[in-house]
Amino acid sequence: MLSLVTFLPLAGVLAIIIAARNNANMARMIALIVSLATFFLSLSLLTGFDSTTAAFQFLEESEWLPAYGITYRMGVDGISLPFVLLTTFLTPLCILASWESVQKMVKEYMIAFLALESFVIGVFCALDFILFYILWEAMLIPMFLLIGVWGGPNRVYAAMKFFLYTLAGSVLMLVAIIAMKYVGGTFSIPDLMNAPFGFNLQVWLFLGFFVSFAVKVPMWPFHTWLPDAHVEAPTGGSVILAGVLLKMGAYGFLRFSIPMLPDASRYFVPMIFGLSLVAIVYTALVALMQKDLKKLIAYSSVSHMGFVTIGLFSFNQQGLEGGILQMINHGIVAGGLFLLVGVIYDRMHTREIARFGGVVNVMPVYAVIFMLFTMAAVGLPGTNGFVGEFLILLGAFLANKGVAIVATTGLVLGAAYMLWLYKKVFFGLMESEEVKALKDMNRRELAIFAPLIILVLWIGFYPGPFLEIMHSSVEQLLVQSNTIKAGIASVAMY
Amino acid sequence: MPVQMPDINLGLMLPEILVTLLAMALLLMSAWYGKEGRGTIGWMSIFGIGLAALAVLSGGGSGETTFGGQFLDDGFSRYMKLLLCIATALPLIMSLNYVRDQRMDGGEYYVITLFSLLGGMFMISSGGFVMLYLGLELMSLSIYILAAFRRQDLHSSEAGLKYFILGSLASGILLYGISLIYGSFGTLSYAGIAQVLADPHFHVGPVVGLGMVMVIVGISFKIAAAPFHMWAPDVYEGAPTSVTAFMAVMPKVAAFAVLYRILLVAFPSLHDQWGPVLQFMAVLSMAVGSFAAIAQTNIKRMLAYSSIGHVGFLLIGLSTGTIEGYHGVLIYLTIYIFMSVGAFGLILILNREGVGDNIEDYKGLSRKRPYLALLMSAFMFSMAGIPPLAGFIGKLYVFMAAIKAGMIGLAIVGVLFSALGAFYYLRLVKFMYFDEAESEFSMPISVSSQAVVVLSGVIVLVWGVFPGSILGVTEAAVRMFQ
Repeated sequence: MLSLVTFLPLAGVLAIIIAARNNANMARMIALIVSLATFFLSLSLLTGFDSTTAAFQFLEESEWLPAYGITYRMGVDGISLPFVLLTTFLTPLCILASWESVQKMVKEYMIAFLALESFVIGVFCALDFILFYILWEAMLIPMFLLIGVWGGPNRVYAAMKFFLYTLAGSVLMLVAIIAMKYVGGTFSIPDLMNAPFGFNLQVWLFLGFFVSFAVKVPMWPFHTWLPDAHVEAPTGGSVILAGVLLKMGAYGFLRFSIPMLPDASRYFVPMIFGLSLVAIVYTALVALMQKDLKKLIAYSSVSHMGFVTIGLFSFNQQGLEGGILQMINHGIVAGGLFLLVGVIYDRMHTREIARFGGVVNVMPVYAVIFMLFTMAAVGLPGTNGFVGEFLILLGAFLANKGVAIVATTGLVLGAAYMLWLYKKVFFGLMESEEVKALKDMNRRELAIFAPLIILVLWIGFYPGPFLEIMHSSVEQLLVQSNTIKAGIASVAMY
Repeated sequence: MPVQMPDINLGLMLPEILVTLLAMALLLMSAWYGKEGRGTIGWMSIFGIGLAALAVLSGGGSGETTFGGQFLDDGFSRYMKLLLCIATALPLIMSLNYVRDQRMDGGEYYVITLFSLLGGMFMISSGGFVMLYLGLELMSLSIYILAAFRRQDLHSSEAGLKYFILGSLASGILLYGISLIYGSFGTLSYAGIAQVLADPHFHVGPVVGLGMVMVIVGISFKIAAAPFHMWAPDVYEGAPTSVTAFMAVMPKVAAFAVLYRILLVAFPSLHDQWGPVLQFMAVLSMAVGSFAAIAQTNIKRMLAYSSIGHVGFLLIGLSTGTIEGYHGVLIYLTIYIFMSVGAFGLILILNREGVGDNIEDYKGLSRKRPYLALLMSAFMFSMAGIPPLAGFIGKLYVFMAAIKAGMIGLAIVGVLFSALGAFYYLRLVKFMYFDEAESEFSMPISVSSQAVVVLSGVIVLVWGVFPGSILGVTEAAVRMFQ
């Protein structure tokens, strides 16, 4: 089942290669149908999912390289399932959004996108470290091409920077993974969660993982690739980058660092909190200064991910659940915002904030939808952003009051730059001729936003079912995070 | 008094005998037919290599020796010879058209290639230093000639001469090392040396270490490991591309086989001494490979530096002194052959279409020749070690072995260099995919070269996803060193 969800998009890649030789529309249709099929398949995972247990479900196992203990092992729990769904949910939207804006090498674009979807789903389902690593790295190739081939004017620089930053981070993780295998005796992720590691080793392993995940999240000061990549990537690429790829880093912390290296994780809490606070405040200030729509949203992503890491490392139920929920929220909201920018970019071919103004007069529907997502990004009650941030701050208060207080200022700054952006773009006098000629959103575009809007409000008013899915897994994670593994190891030694 | 018959078992040498006979017959043929017979001779030599490969496969690999232990036939030699045949045949298939287009006269090209193959085979089967030296010289002399084969071309002649002079120097060093070893041990056979070393009364003096290091230096020259890599970029660039494709892989297989034999059969007990030497060369090679390649504008030079970098990763595996490391090296080497042959094959194919050797010439290739560009990027990503391509599997095994042997520092340096090296592989992908084309492409592509390239591409992908198919074979080949 999981393999089917994971590799269905790859089958779509084959279908495009075979069926759509020179037919761009055919390629678009196949990509859309396959990604929708993947989405509905993944929904069936949800119905079959037992949220009362923290164990991995839909397990699949088959031999791959038995001599070296490498197995093909897949499974999801309450932490990874939401991310799988987020990926399958956002991909069809991205494909729809690229329907008209991507005109050159359409077939290749769709192939890259489906391959990317496949690898990302695989990352969230993998329960074997080598499988995880292979998919984690493989994902770089389609993303590199997406940015580099279909991106903006400075795409080459952005693509190279994206690739090399993430690769340099990941290779250290590879060393940590192999070291873990020789100490823990296995590449199996569930088994390694129970393997004892000495404190010193944990610290080193944690740092190896940390670099890789911190680049991906991205945490300050590893974030500099993100604004470039976001700005240059095509709309679909930005959405998937903000919506899903950033979550892989935080997912890494959840899946590996905290349960496998709990002592080191606790040891590094001050560092994580410190970096996250800098990210929240500093990048929010940077966002205030941006002239480019996408860049502003990119910096706001860094700031929001700072909240997420604070939530994860507050080590309590509220913080962890808030962190995970906020990741999903951010996927929906930042994804939505990038899509919205794409809508206006397709019309005006500029993202410079100063060139807009008074857009509300010509695009009222667009303005309303943008308003909703702005509010969600700011964290207004009634939207999903509020629920996530509230839970995170609650968790942070329980963990460390000072951190929570500083983090709260990030909310204020966030409101400042988002409202400022909204004012500049939508209100004011309509001066430019270009703006006067704008047309409101068409049906295809509305169809993209409808599901996003539903989710924003649904999670905002009734987050219960979403939290329900992850509840048991988070509880177990909490138990794991409070284990003193170093102690076990030293007892085992004597 | 009974006449003592020398211990000769020619059956063990069947592949070598086949290649020798074939080479001599083809030499006569090429004299007889002149330039007209070129194509036939080319195909016959490829066929002959296939025959030799079959002979290798059908051979015992039983571990028997002949010529007083000078010639070995075991599982390892069997696997390496097979690899050597592949590493010779694939570039040869690709060069058929190239040799014709470049007017590289007569059938001698193939005959000399066969002789170098023969030298490599003797190196692989060598049971002692004498056989090693003879094989090495036969192989090297042939390749010197091949490098200078386009004799009207100044670059080609320069490449040949440079390779010859520096190669002779290396041979001299090797020979001096061998003589020091003979002076200390009184024997030239690997097994004999190991026996002497096993004697607890034997004192390992500085002369032994010096001899060993000189031997390593001589062979490092052949695999172009830094700091003995200086010749590689110039020779790779100057030599005809078909020869470059050949000498990027074939001598490496033979030389690594010899390193296995010397270090693991003769001097396993001196691992503390040669391990650090190899580690030093590994780090240096990776550094040279990563940094120097960045600045290159010629694709052949870039691949030369890239091969220096790959040798660095290979040496990491060898320096671990563990069976996992030896296994990793063999996997990496096998995969490297296909990546390298594939990349050079594409250069050859594109050469015919008027694409030059400058990296800039590859601009916009993805629009004109989408499948060739796709293949080339697959080889580049594979060389950079990005999964799910085979290059990653090679690196994974080498690093796993290094970490298991406790060489975490070296592993970290290695992975960082591999990330750094990704830059210049990506640069080529960037030119092919992100930039607009400037030149026209016209010529039809020859089927045989395309087949080789596609085969390499498929192997790089399949071994990346299902490496199990190769692991069993390589593991069996190195088991004897345990």
